[in-house]
Amino acid sequence: MATVENLPSAQTERPIGFGRLKRKEDARFIRGKGTYLDDIRLPGMVHGAMLRSPYAHARILSIDTSKALAHPNVAAVVTAKDLETLGLAWMPTISYDTQAVLAGDKVRFQGQEVAFVIATDEYSANDALQLIDVEYEPLPAIVNARKALDPDAPLIRDDKAGQRDNLASPTWEAGDQAATDRVFAEADTVVKRDIIYPRCHPAPLETCGMIADFNPETGQLDIYNGNQAPHAHRTVYAHVAGLAEHMIRIKCSDIGGGFGNKVPVYPGYVCAIAGSIVAGVPVKWVENRDENLISTGFARDYVMHSEMCAKNGKITGLRVDVIADHGAFDSTAQPTKFPAGFFHIVCGSYDLEASHVKVKAVYTNKAPGGVAYRCSFRITEAVYLVERMVDALALELKVDPIELRMRSFIAPEQFPYETTTGWTYDSGNYAETMRVAMDIAGYEDLRREQAEKRARGELMGIGVSFFTEGVGAGPRKHMDILGLAMNDGADLRVHPSGKAVVSISAQTQGQSHETTFAQIVAEELGIPPEDVEVRHGDTDRSPYGLGTYGSRSTPVSGAAVAVVSRKVRDKARLIAATMLETRPEDLAWEKGRWYVKGDLEKGAMIEEIAVRAYSGEPMPTGMEGGLDAQVIYDPPNLTYPYGAYIAVVDIDPDTGQVTVRRFIAVDDCGVRINPMVVDGQIHGGLAEGVGIALMEVLTFDEEGNCLNSSFLNYLIPTALECPDFELGETVTPCPHHPLGAKGVGESPNVGSPPAIVNAVIDALHQTHGVDHIDMPCTPARVWAAMQGRPEPPQ
Amino acid sequence: MHVSISVNGEQVSREIEPRQLLVHFIRETPDLTGTHWGCDTSNCGACVVQMDGQPVKSCTILAAMCEGHEIRTVESLEVDGQLDPIQMGFHEQHALQCGFCTPGMLMTARALLDENPNPTDLEIRTAISGGICRCTGYKNIVSAVRWAAEYEAAAKQEV
Ligand code: FES
Ligand code: FES
Repeated sequence: MATVENLPSAQTERPIGFGRLKRKEDARFIRGKGTYLDDIRLPGMVHGAMLRSPYAHARILSIDTSKALAHPNVAAVVTAKDLETLGLAWMPTISYDTQAVLAGDKVRFQGQEVAFVIATDEYSANDALQLIDVEYEPLPAIVNARKALDPDAPLIRDDKAGQRDNLASPTWEAGDQAATDRVFAEADTVVKRDIIYPRCHPAPLETCGMIADFNPETGQLDIYNGNQAPHAHRTVYAHVAGLAEHMIRIKCSDIGGGFGNKVPVYPGYVCAIAGSIVAGVPVKWVENRDENLISTGFARDYVMHSEMCAKNGKITGLRVDVIADHGAFDSTAQPTKFPAGFFHIVCGSYDLEASHVKVKAVYTNKAPGGVAYRCSFRITEAVYLVERMVDALALELKVDPIELRMRSFIAPEQFPYETTTGWTYDSGNYAETMRVAMDIAGYEDLRREQAEKRARGELMGIGVSFFTEGVGAGPRKHMDILGLAMNDGADLRVHPSGKAVVSISAQTQGQSHETTFAQIVAEELGIPPEDVEVRHGDTDRSPYGLGTYGSRSTPVSGAAVAVVSRKVRDKARLIAATMLETRPEDLAWEKGRWYVKGDLEKGAMIEEIAVRAYSGEPMPTGMEGGLDAQVIYDPPNLTYPYGAYIAVVDIDPDTGQVTVRRFIAVDDCGVRINPMVVDGQIHGGLAEGVGIALMEVLTFDEEGNCLNSSFLNYLIPTALECPDFELGETVTPCPHHPLGAKGVGESPNVGSPPAIVNAVIDALHQTHGVDHIDMPCTPARVWAAMQGRPEPPQ
Repeated sequence: MHVSISVNGEQVSREIEPRQLLVHFIRETPDLTGTHWGCDTSNCGACVVQMDGQPVKSCTILAAMCEGHEIRTVESLEVDGQLDPIQMGFHEQHALQCGFCTPGMLMTARALLDENPNPTDLEIRTAISGGICRCTGYKNIVSAVRWAAEYEAAAKQEV
């Protein structure tokens, strides 16, 4: 079924690796033969279920498990006391904080883990949860980040020595404050906005879960768990459980989506592992949807104040002051040295004179997290802010929002471009990409249509955003997570048959690695992609690396595969020289074959070289047999994909209902390995962006009850809310990536919400005087804005 | 209680708790884990199977209610090594990424085409709107259903 639209190379008739190759992984999924976590059943396996706190903040006075233990199908009930004896009551987070595995002293958010029941089956385990009596003394809760630092705010983290307030991390700054003050003093126009990026949730369709299988005889711990960074998880478990890493094996098999939600280690995992170690049988724990929404890694929750200024019609400066809501435990995901992730990319795609950014984080009685929901470490918040501010400035200056962007873009000749907050953008031609988007949209016609409709009392809006992302973390000199360099390994073996296996540390959750990584090997070595098996998702069978999030698969792992393929090709050249009795420098490469320069007939195909490498024939002097290589790739810089997005919305004047009628996305992600897969990634991210802009939000009442704990009220767009996305592309290769690729997975989620919100404001500004609205743009909120009383989400 | 349910043309008999959901009954049958579970509230459609040819959410039906009804799951689509055109369409049009929603989407789309061999894009979108796909943004699912409709129309012409 596999087909490649590209033409074969003339001499070797080998398919060119890159192109719209249909996916290898489809074969099992369309037959219902994927192996997701809950599909795995091990002999003797028992089932865990988690008791969770109904309160957002309360002291635990007592826990009585006796009735649950009396249930005939219950094997054990684990509480904080039991974990304390194992030294597992608290676990480290990825942000150097600690998180209670099971609450002992207090509960600090609604849904926090309190007790873990192990029973013969899922139904019994859930029944037994009702039989546990917990006595709570409720405490006042803080759910509003702005109030977390009030002097009378209840102290959430009284477990931490020396913690006197709810500050989760001290103020972190980037840019130059004095220079920014000067630029603002010289500016002729300044706009200010308070902008909230509300708390939302990645909500992959498959929830989180684990099977832990500890073998008491051998001391081996096998873990089945869909997570985005299996090697890093194994290192964490080795530390927490005090086991040697080689005694732990994590197998991911198929994962039903991740989007950042499957990056962290959750208390349920630790309980399953502890349960299996104590009971000596496999323990399965799979969370329900409400557990996924109320307790696992949320995203965003940034309260931002910003000012932007202009001089002579061009953007010159930006100030940002952020309060980040990290929930009850600080487990936000980002490289160690960047407590606000990559938020300081907030200077966007513009040639600013100065900027200054401040971020501080607070604890609240909400779930911990702060994972990137299809986003490279807070870039989504940054792009949303700057793109909203540019539109606010355009309103103030009374210029077209595209015109203001065009005047202020970094020019192509300025690359590599050093931003005012310290990033070095690799390459770009922003104005060109913006023009392509305008052409696809028919921008002038849209503006005319809008004017006509306005005259008839209809509400139509056109919104623009232009984003630059920094993805592919990252260079080891700048970035680590928990002390682990953010590098990725690749291991390539060409077998005597000429077929190959490439093992990678990236971890697919739907990104099509089995296809695209085979295409990279195919492109580099001329081995047909169907003959290249991509191995991943098993720590025993793949090299060390930090996994898949932050759009890092192609920039880091993809580069590793390209480099390892080239290493094999170099080795093949030396072997070919021996075979052809010539010097290596006299050989030239064409797809799949080394041949003698000037004598096209004389050459050796990669399969022939592979046969030789494993044969009894002599190898080049000093060279070991076999045709294989391995690398660990350390990226020299991030890659900087960008794009121009245009949204067209219609608003029902009677209900405030927003419909995204058209969405145009022109992405420049450098070289595209498989354009079909790239398009698919963009469609998916745009749908999530529509959701975030219009309906997805996690809200809480004053007592800290989560009001969006199911898909009945955490709304995810269906086929009816998503438009027929219109895509375009420009290609500006990344100068430092071996394939010129930049990564794309997150761009559409990053870029789309501001375009939609800008479109909503564009629809309502002239007629209703609306110059700001916070997400999600639900009918009720849009209606309120139309009546002149917009309300923030919290 | 004892139930005997026809799943993909075979009688599956088992002792169950009366409260057991059809989705769990199916998934506990060896080799039938293609029907997925994704929510607590009947919103995601990952569990869709066909009951007497109608798409139903198997998380919303008790197994005990299914005696005497024909249940079909994703595993029944391929017959004697021949993929159903809807499966081919999903592959051809890249209508799946993580694959978790795919069985439910396939069973929903198959039921649509059985009833309406030439649906409009809006009819397709409406038919699959009881399900969530977090990966594809639906565009390629719509194309895949179109592809299958056209494939089946062409195949009919040939005979
Ligand atoms: S499992 Fe979500 S609708 Fe059935
Ligand atoms: S393909 Fe992942 S949810 Fe649809």
